[in-house]
Amino acid sequence: MSKVIERLYNGIIKENPTLVLMLGMCPTLAVTTSAINGVGMGLTTTVVLIMSNLLISMLRKVIPDSVRIPAFIVIIASFVTIVQLLLQAYIPSLYDALGIYIPLIVVNCIILGRAEAYASKNKVIPSVFDGIGMGLGFTLGLTLIGLVREILGAGSAFGFKFIPEDFPTLTIFILAPGAFFVLAILTALMNKVKASAGKNGGAVAQCDESMCAGCSMKGCMGRSVK
Amino acid sequence: MGKLLTIAIGSAFINNVVLSQFLGICPFLGVSKKVKTAAGMGSAVVFVITLASAVTSLIYRFLLIPLNITYLQTIVFILVIAALVQFVEMFLKKKVVSLYNALGVYLPLITTNCAVLGVALKNVQNSYGFVESVVNGLAVSVGFLVSIVIMAGIREKIEYNNVPKAFRGTPIVLVTAGLMAIAFFGFSGLK
Repeated sequence: MSKVIERLYNGIIKENPTLVLMLGMCPTLAVTTSAINGVGMGLTTTVVLIMSNLLISMLRKVIPDSVRIPAFIVIIASFVTIVQLLLQAYIPSLYDALGIYIPLIVVNCIILGRAEAYASKNKVIPSVFDGIGMGLGFTLGLTLIGLVREILGAGSAFGFKFIPEDFPTLTIFILAPGAFFVLAILTALMNKVKASAGKNGGAVAQCDESMCAGCSMKGCMGRSVK
Repeated sequence: MGKLLTIAIGSAFINNVVLSQFLGICPFLGVSKKVKTAAGMGSAVVFVITLASAVTSLIYRFLLIPLNITYLQTIVFILVIAALVQFVEMFLKKKVVSLYNALGVYLPLITTNCAVLGVALKNVQNSYGFVESVVNGLAVSVGFLVSIVIMAGIREKIEYNNVPKAFRGTPIVLVTAGLMAIAFFGFSGLK
């Protein structure tokens, strides 16, 4: 039981994939034009993450070590395709809003990273909760960024407009450059928090940014989790 | 010809792959410390994306459509791209050693660059033919090359600046990317 809670805490707070490890940057920047889109993308990724962690953990003794990466990719791509078709059928508005970024979940570092670093080495139940924790952490990060951008750029939160119609908004925040600016401020804040935590001797494990490029192949998350 | 030019300019500058589509952010942030390595990474991406666009376009047209299994495109494309990168690496290592020495270290990183899969999927989405797909792939990757080299040039200069402590590292790079994205908005006048 404690293992379950530890996994959830680890994914949502301690190793939050968006805010702490800075993984999966493509969807983080691209779909967070509003809080709703952030939630949608986050939950879609969570579903894929849980399912792939579940199956990979179940098959961890069957998959030969030498072909594990292609095997993981096929499993992940299958679940992404299933989720994509389900979204297209039942939530077409979200499907249209996320567009090409749904199939691109396949190459999201977080999913392959968790498969490699956790699911392929651990039992089924903890792996599933690892997926839930990481997925919710990702959702939290995306929702936060989406909320900030929506409030500044459109003067609304979760679609509810709270400023007068003719009041000027900082439209740039829902355009492409705004994504970079919001994430820049957020990572600067994280640096600040980490710097003060470091003084108290509680340095947070973090992935070097240059590892990010090859994260899934080398298992960036596996390295950062000592 | 006019249509190809529109595709090329649109993909390379107006809808720049990094600065407006957010594909390939990881290498853009991770491998842009020096102009030389940035140029190497960019060239490897140009090579792989152009080749992958051609191959996936052919596979989609002559395999997935006749067999009526277009819903498998994501799975097929990612496997094709992974295999292609492996083959390119092996081929270059054996036959074109000079090119391998220049691009070799970047090739394994490219499989997980979402720009490659993104371009392949975009080509299908816009129902581009073979020639259009190749031109689009080439244009997208040239856009990537241009932006990563510019970014590396700026980062080399930032080294000498006194950046606020909290903004050192990734944050200042993201601010730079944001300013570049604003500059690239200028290209939308070309439409």
